[in-house]
Formats: sequence, C-alpha cells, structure tokens
Amino acid sequence: MKKFFAKAYIWFLLIILYAPIIFIAIFSFSESRVLGNWTGFSTNLYANLFSPQAASATSLFKAIYNTLIIALISAFVSMILGAIAAIGIYNLRNRNKSIMLFLNNIPIINPDIITGVALFLLFVFLHISQGYTTVVLAHITFCTPYVVLSVMPRLTQMNPNIYEAALDLGATPMQALRKVLIPLLRPGMISGFILAFTMSLDDFVVTFFTRGTIGLETLSTYIYADARKGGLTPELRPLMTIIFLTILILLVIFNVRKAKSEKQLA
Amino acid sequence: MNKRSSWSLPYLIFMIIFVVLPLILVLIYAFQDAQGHFTLENITRFFSDADALSTFALSLEIAILNTLICLLLGYPAAWILANKKYNRSAVTVVLFILPMWINALMRTLATAELFNVFGVTLGKGTLLFGMAYDYLPFMIYPIYNILSRMDPSYAEAAEDLGATPWKVFWKVTVPLSLPGVISGVMMVFMPTVSTFAISEFLTNNKIKLFGTIIQENINSSMWNYGAALALIMLIIIGITTLFSNDRKSVEGGLI
Repeated sequence: MKKFFAKAYIWFLLIILYAPIIFIAIFSFSESRVLGNWTGFSTNLYANLFSPQAASATSLFKAIYNTLIIALISAFVSMILGAIAAIGIYNLRNRNKSIMLFLNNIPIINPDIITGVALFLLFVFLHISQGYTTVVLAHITFCTPYVVLSVMPRLTQMNPNIYEAALDLGATPMQALRKVLIPLLRPGMISGFILAFTMSLDDFVVTFFTRGTIGLETLSTYIYADARKGGLTPELRPLMTIIFLTILILLVIFNVRKAKSEKQLA
Repeated sequence: MNKRSSWSLPYLIFMIIFVVLPLILVLIYAFQDAQGHFTLENITRFFSDADALSTFALSLEIAILNTLICLLLGYPAAWILANKKYNRSAVTVVLFILPMWINALMRTLATAELFNVFGVTLGKGTLLFGMAYDYLPFMIYPIYNILSRMDPSYAEAAEDLGATPWKVFWKVTVPLSLPGVISGVMMVFMPTVSTFAISEFLTNNKIKLFGTIIQENINSSMWNYGAALALIMLIIIGITTLFSNDRKSVEGGLI
C-alpha cells in the first residue's frame, strides 16, 4: 500500500512536470498557428525548421546557428583556460590557492542578472562595442569556473609520482605533460566541456545584457522577443520536441551505462 | 612540478578583468550620478521609491514561497527516489533531472502556453505554479543525491534501538540530509529572487519582479540606478550565501 502511494506520487509529479512538454510535442505535428487548436496531422513544421522558407523560420534558424557557435567557442576556450588554470591552482600554496578558488566561485554563486549587469558595465566602461565577441567573453567568464571544478578532482586524485616517474625516465616536462598529465585530466576536461556547453546553450540573461544593439539573437533571446510579441513561432514546437528527445536519449544512455559500470565494479 | 603554479596566472588576469573589475564597477556606478560625481542618491531613491520597495518585497515573498513549495513537493519525491524499496530504476531519476538540461525560457513558455489553452488567467497563482515547475528538479536533485549516498545502517541502528519509523525519519534521515536541503534551497532561492523574463511570461507582464526593474533601468540607460539596484540584490545574495557554501559542489557534480 505504501509502495503504491510512493509510486503514485512520483508519477503524479512526473505527469505534471511533463504535461507542457508533451503538449508542445503533440502540437508540433499540427500546422495550426495557435496551440490547442488541432487542424490535423502534418509534419510541415519539421520541414520548415530544416529548410526554412517563412521569414520567422529563417531568423529562428539563424538564432539556433548563433547559439551553437557561441556555445562551441565558449566551451572550447573555457575547457583550455580552465584546465591550465586547474593545473596552476593545484600547484599553488595555501593562501594563494584559496584566493584563486574563492575568485573562481564568484561567477558560480552570482545570479545571472548580476553577472550580466556587471559585465555590461565593464564593456560600457572600457568602451567596447557589444556583439558576438562580448557575448563569447561573457560566456567564457561563467563557464570556466565549472571546468576548473571538474578538472581539480582529477588532479587531487592523481598520484603525483606518476608525473615524477615520467621525468625520471627522461621525459621532458612538455612530454610528461602531453603523455601523462593530459590523458589523466581528459575525463575532467570532457565533462567540464559538456557542462560549459550546456550552460552556454541555456543562458539567456547574460547574453541579453552583453549582446549590444546589433541585433544578435540566440535561441533564448529569440524566444524572449517572440513571446513579447505575443505569438510563438510555430517552428519552435518541433524544435523543442527535438531538443527534448535528444537530451532524454543522451541522459538515459549515459545513466544506464554508468549504472552498468557501477554494477560491474561492485 | 612547482613552477607550474604560474599556470594559474592567465586565469587570474582573466578573472581580475572579467569578474573582479565588473563587480567593482557595479559598486562605483551605484554611488555615482550620471555626471560621474559621488552621490548616495541612487540608494536613497530606492528606499523612498514605494514602487521599487513593494516590488522588492514581492520578489522576496515569491522566492521564499517558491522555495517552500519546491521543498515540500521535492523532499518526499527525493526520499522515494532514493529509497530502494520504492524505486530501482535509474530512468525515473533521469526523468526528474532532465528538465534541468532544457532551456528555462522554453520550459516556462510551454507552461504559459498550457495555461493559456486551458483558459487559466495568468497572475500570481500561475507564477508560483510555473516557477515550481521550473525549479522543482533543482530541489530534488541535491536532496536525492545525499539521501541515496546515505549509509542505511544509521536508520537501521535507530530502528534496532526502538525508534518508530516516524522518529527515525525526523531524528536520523532529515538531519543527515540537511546539507542536501541547504544546497537545494540555494539552487532554488537564488535564481528565483533574481529572475526576470520568467515572471513576465507567467503573468503576461502583470507582475513585475525585482530582476525586471534592474533590467528596465539598465536598458533605458539609467545605469547608475540599475547598478544600485543590482548592488542591493548582491547584498541579499551575499547574506543568503553565508548560510551555505555547498551550491557549487552540487552543480559541479551534475555529470
């Protein structure tokens, strides 16, 4: 009986949590401009999304493209900068180390709106005109701390003798770095990259404050502008469905694999 | 390998420019007038502006209510998910954390659309409902994380010593899960108190929250007043952070 209530509660929450997304997914197969008005099955919105003809679909396509490029560049730069920083911080002594870690935590704790306003003021103060570059710089600012935090545990768990051994066996510091350190850090760098990539994809507030007035749109700012105009571009429906399914499949694969490997270890 | 400590230098310089300097600029702009002279007027203006003050109070109220709702709904869910008797499937857990990975604006918009279709009038009720939608996973995940790693022998020991299940729950499970609750509260409270856009979507622009006021001032070039408001929010966040330093460890461990 208890078990039944427990399960019922979980499913009740899940149904409520997913109702809007499922609703959007169902109506992604209808051509109707308004949600909730079923006009028959059609895959036209999907076709429009991938080969945009209507003006609204074209600008949506452009926004998706911008979002992906910005996320890729910022995640990549964050990964490199964060990994180098983590190696440096790991080798620092007590006080300097805690100062660096404290600074590293500021962008994580700061709400987006503070980060956004502060960076906006910085670019105004330095007379830097805002656009693509400032958005990427801003994204690197809030992404890198997560890379540092993903790489640091790899360093602290590492046996420092392995690196020393490589040096003793005649490797140059550069070789030891490339052949020993980097492979050891790679998993942390990859999860840092993924984290940075999704943070960048998700961001609305910081982008909003640092994109300037050149009309740069990412997916989030596009949705924001769209919603303010009142009508939701119908092509957003298939897009949301695709994003949702992709993330669902990735997460399930990832977690099932993780559970399996944990079982094998046990 | 000690000279590698210099490798932290590029990041230090980067952070001084993009983290420290911007925050100092918020402070400077907050205490300046448009001509760049020192003034306290931005701060006093906030405290004499009834509109801004009531928005501020409303934002705090909504954030606290939302955090409570998420805690009340989320704690039982996390407890059930972490309990091997009721849940063995990793997929159910994934379903709960999945929304964290989807663009918040998209989720909010989908919720608002659903309200519209069913003819629910947008207002404070829908705002609270929609925000609970958005932030529930952020409450469940850290609590689940700590509960599922908890050593079950503590609860068993309490049972063996004669505690009723109810007592075991309140005297053992809840205190041990407190760090997870604190990170969950942080992860919900901080974004809700500073939110903007989400509240506009969910109330059809009827309810303005503090974040929206900051944004409006910055966007209409009232940088000094905007900076002063941001500074006030920064103080709120600072006070909240004093209660916990756990937030980053939870977010960092998402993958």
